[in-house]
Amino acid sequence: MTDHLATVTPAEHASARRGRRTRGLRERPPAGTSRSAGYFFVAIYVVLLACLGIAPTIYAISLALQTPNGLGFANFVNSYDLPQFIPAFKHVLMFEAIWLVSQSVLVVLLALMVHNLARRVSSAFRFIFYLPGAMAGAASVVIWLFMFTPTTSPFSFLLHALHYTLLANTVTPNNLPVLFAIMAFWTGAGGWIVVMHGALNNVPTELIEAAEIDGSNVLQTALRIKLPLIRKWVVYMLVLSFAAGMQLFVEPQILGIATGGEVPPQWSPNQLAYYLAFQLDRFNEAAAISVDLLVLGVIVAVIIVWRGRLFEVQ
Amino acid sequence: MLARRYAFRIIAILVLLLFTVFFFGPVVWLLIAPTKTDSQIINKAPLAFGSFTTFGRTFRDVTSYEGNLVLTWLKNSAIYAFGGTALAVLAAIPSGYGLALTRFAGRRALLAITLVVMIVPGTALVLPLFLEANTVHLVGTVWSIILPFGFFPFGVYLAYIYFSTTIPKDLLGAARIDGAGEWGVFWRIALPLAVPVVGLVGFFSFVANWNNYYLPFVMTYDNSQYPLQVGLPILLGSSPSINPVAATGGQALIYRPELAMATLIAIAPVLLVFLFAQRTLVSGMLAGSTKE
Repeated sequence: MTDHLATVTPAEHASARRGRRTRGLRERPPAGTSRSAGYFFVAIYVVLLACLGIAPTIYAISLALQTPNGLGFANFVNSYDLPQFIPAFKHVLMFEAIWLVSQSVLVVLLALMVHNLARRVSSAFRFIFYLPGAMAGAASVVIWLFMFTPTTSPFSFLLHALHYTLLANTVTPNNLPVLFAIMAFWTGAGGWIVVMHGALNNVPTELIEAAEIDGSNVLQTALRIKLPLIRKWVVYMLVLSFAAGMQLFVEPQILGIATGGEVPPQWSPNQLAYYLAFQLDRFNEAAAISVDLLVLGVIVAVIIVWRGRLFEVQ
Repeated sequence: MLARRYAFRIIAILVLLLFTVFFFGPVVWLLIAPTKTDSQIINKAPLAFGSFTTFGRTFRDVTSYEGNLVLTWLKNSAIYAFGGTALAVLAAIPSGYGLALTRFAGRRALLAITLVVMIVPGTALVLPLFLEANTVHLVGTVWSIILPFGFFPFGVYLAYIYFSTTIPKDLLGAARIDGAGEWGVFWRIALPLAVPVVGLVGFFSFVANWNNYYLPFVMTYDNSQYPLQVGLPILLGSSPSINPVAATGGQALIYRPELAMATLIAIAPVLLVFLFAQRTLVSGMLAGSTKE
C-alpha cells in the first residue's frame, strides 16, 4: 500500500544535503546552454503533468462545485450528510492510528537491531523484510485472506489461541482496522527498514564509539544517540504513510468480495466515492469526496516539501 | 557488562527471527500451496509440501480457466505495465536532465509542483481521471491506463537528482565547446552515463504499475481488458472455497490451490525483478547517502 515513495527517501535526503553544499555553484547556468533547450527536454513531462495531474484536479474541483443552483458547496455538504461519510473516515482513521503507531515502533526497533549485526547478516534480514513489497495490492490481500483463515494459515496457532475457527471469526467489523494494519505493515515496513538503515549508516561512528567509551550500553546508545538522529525520518515516514493510508481502497474492497459482504462497499472514503459515482451516478458528490482527499494529500505534501527542506534541493 | 551485551544480542536475534517468520512465512506458504489439492491444504500442515504433479495440474487448471482468461489478464498486465513504464522513462529522463542541467523560466515552479504531485498519493486522482477520460472517450482503451501510468513525477525527481549530482558539468561544457548541439550533448554524453537511473526509474514505475489495482479497476469495463490485479478478486469471488454461493455451473472451478497459483502468477514478474535487481536497487535507492 505505501507505494514506491517509501523506499527511496534517502536519495532525496542525500541530494538535499548535497544540493545545499553545491547550491552556490549550480545556480549559474551552464556555459553555452540556450534557454529554449530546457523547454524541449521537459516537454513530454509537462504535457503529461498538465493533462493527467492538473487537468483532472481542476475538473474534479469544478464538478464538486457545480450544483443545480450554480456554483456552491452543496455537494460537499450533501456528501458530509451521507450516513456512510463519518463512519468511512472513522474507519480509516482507526486503521491509521493502529498502523502508524505499530509501524513506527517496530520499524525503528527492527532497523536498530538489524544495524547492529554484521553486514552480510543484516543485508539478508533487510532483503527478507523488503521482499513482501513485491506483493503489494490485490495479491497481498489474497495471501492474507489465507493467513487469516484458521484452517489454512501457518499462523493458525495464533488464531486458535483467540478462539477463531472460521475466516468469519477473524474478519469482523471490529477487527478490520487491525487486519488492514497487518497487511499494510507486511508490504510496507521492509522498505522503511531499508530507509532507516541507510539513515543509521550516516550516524558518525566516532559518536557511537565515544558513547561506548563513556560506558553507554547497546540500549542506551540506541535510544540516546541513534534514535534522535533518525527522528526526522520517523516523522517523514509517519506523514507519508498517513497520506497513503487515507486512500485505502483495494484491501476493504477485496475482503468484502471474499466474505460476502462482511465489509460494506463504503467502508473507506475512496470506496464511498467509488460507490457514489458508479452505483448511484452521483458524480458531483463523488468528486467532492475526491477533492476532500486531494486537499488532505496536498496539505501533507506541502508540509513535507516546505518543512522537510526538500525544497532546498534546487 | 559482557553478559549483558550478549543478552541484548540474543534478544535482538530472537526478535529478528520472529519477524522473519512474519515477513517470509506467507511467501513460503504461497509457494507451497499450489503443490497441494484443496483438501490437502485444509488437512495437511500449512507448510507441508504436496507434489510437483499437483503443482503442474494446478497450473493447467488456472491457465485454462475460461479459455485462457488468466493468460489474457497476464498479457494485459504486461501491456499496461510495460507501456506505462516506457512512457514514464521517456518523459522522466529528458525532463530530469532539463531540470538539472538547463535553465529556463518556470524551472523552479515546475520542480516545486513535481515535488508536491509526487507526494500526493496517486489514488486520489483516479476518480477525476476517470471523469476526464470519459469526456474524451478513452475509457475502456489501453490509453486510459498507460497514459496515467506514464505520468510519474517521482521518476522525474529521481532523474533530476541523478543528473544534478553525478554528471560532471565540465564534460557537458567541453562537448558544447566542441560544437555538439543541446540534443547531441544529451543523447551522446548524458544519456550513456544515465543508465543506472533509467533502470531505477524503470523499476519503480514497473512495480507501481504492475501492482496498481484502483486505476485499471475503474478504467476497464470488460473481463478481457482486466490486468491480473483486477482479475484476481474476480477469481476469488467465483471460488466456491471462498464464496459458497459461487458453486454453480459445471466447469472447472477455482479452489484454494488455484487461487494461490493465480496469486503466484500475479506476483512472479515483480518477484523476479526484486530477486535479480536487489543489490543494484538497494544501492541505487540509497544513491550515495550511506557509507556502505
